[in-house]
Amino acid sequence: MRVVLAEDLFLLRQGIIQLLEAYDCEVVAAVDNGADLGRAIAEHRPDVAVVDVRLPPTFTTEGLQAALLARRERPGLPILVLSQHVEQMYARELLADGTGGIGYLLKDSVLDDRQFIDAVRRVAAGGMAMDPTVVAQLMTSHSRDEPLAALTARERTVLELMAEGCSNTAIAQRLTVTEGAAAKHISNIFAKLMLPPSSDNNRRVLAVLAYLNA
Amino acid sequence: MRLSRAVRDTLVGALIAAGALASVVLFVTTTYFTVLCLIGIGFLALPHLTTAVRWVCDLNRRAAARSGVPVERPYRPEPEEIERDIVGWVRRCKWILADPASWRDLLWLLLNSVVGLLLGSAPAALLYYAGEGLVLAAGLWRPVAADGTGRWYAFITVDSWPAALAAALAALAVFAGWLHLSSWILKGHAYFVLFLLGPTQGARLASRVRHLAETRSGALDIQAAEVRRIERDLHDGAQARLVSLGLTLGAVDRQLDRNTEEARRLLNDARSSSVQALRELRGLVRGIHPPVLAERGLADAVRALGIASPLPVTVVADLPGKLPDPVESAIYFSVSELLTNALKHADAGQVEVSLHYADGALHGQVTDDGRGGAAMSAGSGLEGIRRRLASFDGVLEIDSPRGGPTVMKMELPCALSSPKTSSS
Repeated sequence: MRVVLAEDLFLLRQGIIQLLEAYDCEVVAAVDNGADLGRAIAEHRPDVAVVDVRLPPTFTTEGLQAALLARRERPGLPILVLSQHVEQMYARELLADGTGGIGYLLKDSVLDDRQFIDAVRRVAAGGMAMDPTVVAQLMTSHSRDEPLAALTARERTVLELMAEGCSNTAIAQRLTVTEGAAAKHISNIFAKLMLPPSSDNNRRVLAVLAYLNA
Repeated sequence: MRLSRAVRDTLVGALIAAGALASVVLFVTTTYFTVLCLIGIGFLALPHLTTAVRWVCDLNRRAAARSGVPVERPYRPEPEEIERDIVGWVRRCKWILADPASWRDLLWLLLNSVVGLLLGSAPAALLYYAGEGLVLAAGLWRPVAADGTGRWYAFITVDSWPAALAAALAALAVFAGWLHLSSWILKGHAYFVLFLLGPTQGARLASRVRHLAETRSGALDIQAAEVRRIERDLHDGAQARLVSLGLTLGAVDRQLDRNTEEARRLLNDARSSSVQALRELRGLVRGIHPPVLAERGLADAVRALGIASPLPVTVVADLPGKLPDPVESAIYFSVSELLTNALKHADAGQVEVSLHYADGALHGQVTDDGRGGAAMSAGSGLEGIRRRLASFDGVLEIDSPRGGPTVMKMELPCALSSPKTSSS
């Protein structure tokens, strides 16, 4: 898998490169600012771009802007955004185009290398990887809304795991239930939220997030 | 419209004239007791007289404000905690006598006994004169002229019907004068009030300095408390976590050769310790300066607050440029606190936040449909907001009747820099 990395802190950049290479990912370019990121993506056409939100020269949301720009030029380009803090507002902007291949995680996630690599792979494959805090915030800010209020506590947990990007298998593992039980919960959720059933895991998640972001 | 205004002006004028008569009495007695202060007695009467003098002056200030000339009170603030014994009375007199505004009041009383009487009674006099002319022209001139002397109205000797007609026209002119000039006469008096009863440049500066000293010490208190909180949070939080992280790594070092299973478990501990430390640092950073504020500016940061709130929050922001960083921060934390209040105390169903810039000030408003009854009290969050805004000469206005809705208005004077030139 070919990765372009944008991170301005030298130590963190080297650390992420090592981590990715340890799991057979090829870091084709590692840059430290937004302008170079755009160029590197255009030149190398990577399978996924791993991007820090805050980059020089403005140290605001340079990375996020560059990533969104690159995605406009190449729709569906998988992007995993890393940040020291997560904002629902940025999550909305990333998810706005409704195509998959989006990840938005706290930088802490690199501390758990297996989970991190799992997220990178999921995003590269067109899936989702949302930080649990974003998902939790989405849930609280909509908790009073109909029909989300109709979900049982268990269904709510399942929905949160789906939004983080977990597959049926992963949900079943996390909740220590059978895959069949997980699938049952999921179909209940879709019925209650009146979302059209779909077999594609990623599409479902997008539907849920679009619904919550509305 | 004009008529009712002229009538009201005439009444106010009459009050001013009455005040001018009171001025004479007040001037004489106050001067008398001020002189008596020099030989000891007089201390007991002066404070009461001063209250009366200031009351009359305040009434005249209000009359001036009514004529469109606002006049601020120039007095120095009363010393706090005054004893109720003779020492207290002396301190009170010292406070009065040391204030130049007291002496200007006295001078004003003296002059006003003439100026106030003349200007204040002028509208009534005009009205009376117009009335007299009309009554005279209507026929009263005949019995008056019967004794052979005739009666003068303006420059006309009213002793025949044509003269009466001329007098009637003159009376109408006077009436028109009353109608149009009354408010100008009162305005003239208002400027006279402003001239002596308004704060002098020196008094204005002194009161400004007093205000700045208060708000500065308030700002320093807030800052010192913030720094202490940050220190405590770092000490008990991240710092402690890093120490435990170091200890755990030491343990890993000892176990590495002997017990790899145990070493792996300890490494996992170390990792979760570092995650915890990061989480605490993140919370701390949010409390110091929220990253989204630094990255996106005030409007988006407040929108982010709205999104993060469990309540439905509508944010309308119209800021044509970038506000100074400290102002953004003050408003952000104030809005954050108000949103928390709406959720926790008001039991609101929805909240509206609006931010706009006009007339050299940022205007913020937070409205909720909760149960209302919010009030400023010492140590409350609202008092904290008031103090935070006061360091920037800003104000918080609370309108929260029982049963709601609650409207919180913030106003913060500040300069706006041109858009898209935010420094990094």
